[in-house]
Amino acid sequence: MRLSMDLELQDIPGQLLLALQPLKDNKANIISVVHHRERKTPRGTIPVRFVVEMDRSKIEIVKEQLKNSGVTVVRAGEDRFIEAVSVVLVGHVLDSDLGDTVKRIDSTGFAEVMDLSLTMPGVDEPSSAYLKIRATGKAEIQKALTILRDVGVEKKLLVIEPIEAEAV
Amino acid sequence: MRDVKISLVGYGIVGHGVVDVLNRKKKTLREMGLNLKLVSVTDHTGTVIAEDGVDSSKILGERTLQNVATSSMKGKEAIGAIDSDLMIEVTPTNIVHGQPGLGHMEAALSAGKHVVTSNKGPLVVSYSRLKKLAEDNGVMLKFEATVGGTMPLISLVERTLVGNTIYGIRGIFNGTCNYILTRMAEENIPYTHALSEAQDLGFAEADPSYDVEGVDTAGKVVILANALFDMNIKYSDVEVTGITGVTPEALALATKRGYAIKLIGDVPGLTVRPMLVPMGSPIAVGGTLNSAAIYTDLSGTITVTGLGAGSIETASAILTDIISIYRTKRIDAIF
Repeated sequence: MRLSMDLELQDIPGQLLLALQPLKDNKANIISVVHHRERKTPRGTIPVRFVVEMDRSKIEIVKEQLKNSGVTVVRAGEDRFIEAVSVVLVGHVLDSDLGDTVKRIDSTGFAEVMDLSLTMPGVDEPSSAYLKIRATGKAEIQKALTILRDVGVEKKLLVIEPIEAEAV
Repeated sequence: MRDVKISLVGYGIVGHGVVDVLNRKKKTLREMGLNLKLVSVTDHTGTVIAEDGVDSSKILGERTLQNVATSSMKGKEAIGAIDSDLMIEVTPTNIVHGQPGLGHMEAALSAGKHVVTSNKGPLVVSYSRLKKLAEDNGVMLKFEATVGGTMPLISLVERTLVGNTIYGIRGIFNGTCNYILTRMAEENIPYTHALSEAQDLGFAEADPSYDVEGVDTAGKVVILANALFDMNIKYSDVEVTGITGVTPEALALATKRGYAIKLIGDVPGLTVRPMLVPMGSPIAVGGTLNSAAIYTDLSGTITVTGLGAGSIETASAILTDIISIYRTKRIDAIF
């Protein structure tokens, strides 16, 4: 599971190492670390955002260990939608219950439609929709696309997906 | 000097290009040590035979060989009767049964002639059988011109990128579809309008279904999958969606977000479908161009682009194949 956490570190040497130790001890794989030195808090601490891949059940232990080391945990564990994908749908997008199409993605819990534009040239003509979907990870993006593909077959919509930048 | 007797079967647009290019490049080829002699040209009306080489100036002005044929032999009969080392097969493609090209290639390979072709049909229908026939007879079957026209793809993967593991190839393999989608996006015109424009300019056939329904692209996917990925697949293994459902509104929505919509063939994904391609991507080429991204383990992603069709361009790919048959390890040596 991919998780993010916002921490605040004191502005003295060795603090980042202190924050990393509990992550290492609990076998968290660090995906990214952003050190916001320019956004120093009024308390004089430095915000740091971690995105890690780890067992969700260990999050409380990590938080406890961080606190014990004097690191402030502002927020931890909430899933973040860190991946996004664009899709274009063509067909009777609205008549085939666009609300339902969106709900199929939103109800997954791991993905949601965050942007939607619709163009309807005429009553009997096919309409076109642009959707931006965000999800908690790359695998979840693929799952959301699979759902859309199935919806496309069911509702006779042409689903235009983005080409992958890398070989899958 | 290596003498090579060539027979050409098929005298349409590509056939004319082959005669022209072989004539134009005579001197360059001789300098390489290769004397390519076109000893016969055959089409559905008959055959022109000339042991010392067919005079291109006498036949290039003719649409068919009807008025210039020196023999009434056609097809397999001509292939069997004429003494040649290599056959160039450029008859029209049929992706369902592969004929007449399939019969021509079988006859030539069985008779111990190398085969160079731009004809997709026989390869889509019967690649593994043709390949085995070539191996059994100790000759080569070359078909660079079948995919992406003059754009180097098969030889690029087989020779230049040899040693790399190829994860996949994705690209635009049909210039007609690319032209239509490009024009729809540029001018905000409907599909039918862009299609008639393409037909007027000679980029699309009177019956465009072969191109716009994705059949042509799928044929190329089959060839790449079988030749470069050893997949042994059939046409029916490819999931195909053409471009007829793409609307100018869909293109406008995509453009606004920085995407183009292109008909993309995917190997080994075995799909042909319209996809969103980021505008800055090197495969997002416009007009009638083709492009392909080759995903490798050592070289990263390599992208090539070029003209996917055209008489001289296709003949150029055929010429490259011919030379590669007679080349040894050293570029300037002919065995």
